[in-house]
Amino acid sequence: MSESAIAIEHDTEILMYDEPEPGEATPAKVHEKTTRSNWVVSGILAVGLIIVVFPFVWMLLGSFKTEGELRRVPPTVFPEAPTLENYEHLWSQLNIPQFAFNSAVVALAVTVGNLLFCSMAGYALAKLVFPGKRIILLVVLAMLMVPGTVTFVPLFVLTSNIGLVNTYGGLILPFLAGAFGVFLMRQFMENMPKELIEAARIDGANEFTIFFRIILPLAGPALATLALLTFLGNWNSFLWPLVIAQSEDMYTLPIALALYSTGQYASQYALLMAGAVVVIVPVLILFIFLQRFFVQVSATSGIK
Amino acid sequence: MSAGTALASATGESKRVRGRKSSAPGTGRERVAGWVFTSPFLILFLVFSALPVVASFAMSFTDMRSTDISTPFDVNFVGFRNYGHLLTDETVRQAALNTAAFVIVGVPVTLFLALLIAVGLNSGVRRMATFFRVGYYLPAITSIVAVAVVWKYLYAPDIGLINTALTKIGITGPNWLEDPNWALPSLIIMGIWRNLGSLAVIFLAGLQLVDRQLYEAASVDGAGFWIKFRHVTVPSMRPTLLFGAVITGIGYLQFFEEPFVMTQGGPLNRTLSVAYESYNQFGYGNYGYSAAIAYSLFIVIMILTVIQFKVLKPNT
Repeated sequence: MSESAIAIEHDTEILMYDEPEPGEATPAKVHEKTTRSNWVVSGILAVGLIIVVFPFVWMLLGSFKTEGELRRVPPTVFPEAPTLENYEHLWSQLNIPQFAFNSAVVALAVTVGNLLFCSMAGYALAKLVFPGKRIILLVVLAMLMVPGTVTFVPLFVLTSNIGLVNTYGGLILPFLAGAFGVFLMRQFMENMPKELIEAARIDGANEFTIFFRIILPLAGPALATLALLTFLGNWNSFLWPLVIAQSEDMYTLPIALALYSTGQYASQYALLMAGAVVVIVPVLILFIFLQRFFVQVSATSGIK
Repeated sequence: MSAGTALASATGESKRVRGRKSSAPGTGRERVAGWVFTSPFLILFLVFSALPVVASFAMSFTDMRSTDISTPFDVNFVGFRNYGHLLTDETVRQAALNTAAFVIVGVPVTLFLALLIAVGLNSGVRRMATFFRVGYYLPAITSIVAVAVVWKYLYAPDIGLINTALTKIGITGPNWLEDPNWALPSLIIMGIWRNLGSLAVIFLAGLQLVDRQLYEAASVDGAGFWIKFRHVTVPSMRPTLLFGAVITGIGYLQFFEEPFVMTQGGPLNRTLSVAYESYNQFGYGNYGYSAAIAYSLFIVIMILTVIQFKVLKPNT
């Protein structure tokens, strides 16, 4: 069994520290001291939390203010007359639905591709014995740390030569099967009992049946993790869409926001706050629902 | 625990498996299935990930420009000329200095604050832990572009909240993003803010593995918070801290969206990063030179990664 997979299980358990731990009775003296310092710690944490969350709150409040109110000194905290005009403007004049659609199509397609291709390859690398396996594994591991900054120029040349610049294909195809996904799936599947597969083979199941009917259903947690991380990564992705989306109808949300905020709308803060909200909210909702799970995964895989 | 150790264990293990079964690499059926299952991934991966890494390296030794895009093999080999050029290029030098400053200042501060938060979260605020975790994690999962847009507004010299607040206490704040001396520090502060929470969560997982008896023993000996932090937490957490330093460093080395949105690399190139300059050279059509800049950055990243693997290998 691989160490990291053990670590994942282990941490999953210990990270659920919200519940009180029964075996943690301490002598009264120590406890008293702990309680007092807990208040101090909580205070510091709360101040830290306010600093960390504040820009988001400010953005949200600002998005409901008029440009005039936003520029007032001293600033108002809550919008005097909450307005949706910034959002209306985004919708009616800036093609935001198109950008949101592009973002969603790209992020979803890349996620589905990674789930399928990475789980298949991860399974083969974890459980099947075949020539060349070790080399594939080494290449995958070597590629884990390669950032997009390094590859975007040749990738652009390649994409251009197969005629995919400024298309969904160009936005999606390069990320459809990533090294990280294979690594994650392999680490997870490594721990599945080999007997399961052998028993199915004896029962006459073919390799595809074994994979789709037996392995995949058991890989739920790893698939969910991969789906979440891939979706987040691609929803927020910047450099590649910036390079490849050359006309407005192919922009994703971050590209549109970046180009508007540095271009003709640079000083329209109210509008930009609303734009930022639109980029963040889908991810925020996803995160709030899956946060515990997400945090565990990040803590154990070191993915930010 | 970390990706680093996981990698080490993954390769180490496959060696063992191979050693045991070296004479029989699977049944015929397994061999076929193995290749069938890996080939969709492999084709996409080789074409769109592995090939560009090699091509980027090759390209950095050519004079390729945007005009050569349809004939990528019909370019001239120029040896180390691109690399020689970037050593004397003032703009690249400034970008390298900025990037180095971002890493050298940003990493220790982020690590220190993240560890403090993690210790806080670990030392008993159980009831609120979920709440704190969501909050602290928020900046890391949101688009840098969206976050940068908000911070640009916070940093605005006349109407931004930061200067408005400073005025209240009698300080005239600088024009953060347009003052050559303040622009980069402004971006570093935002970078720290962004990475703090996610790193704290990674540290928290590490802290949970620290032997509680060490703390209890220290408490019995009368050690306060600071002594425990210095002599129990930090030494026990060394591998996790190093891992955190490396991934944070790798992230900071590539900073790009922040200056793109907030300063466009200005004023006076003071917020230009190496990744940004590589993107700019690509925009000017200098593909070979852009690749050379990107590859130089990649070499630094690889060195950091190797250090991490080397140091983290023994039992973590």
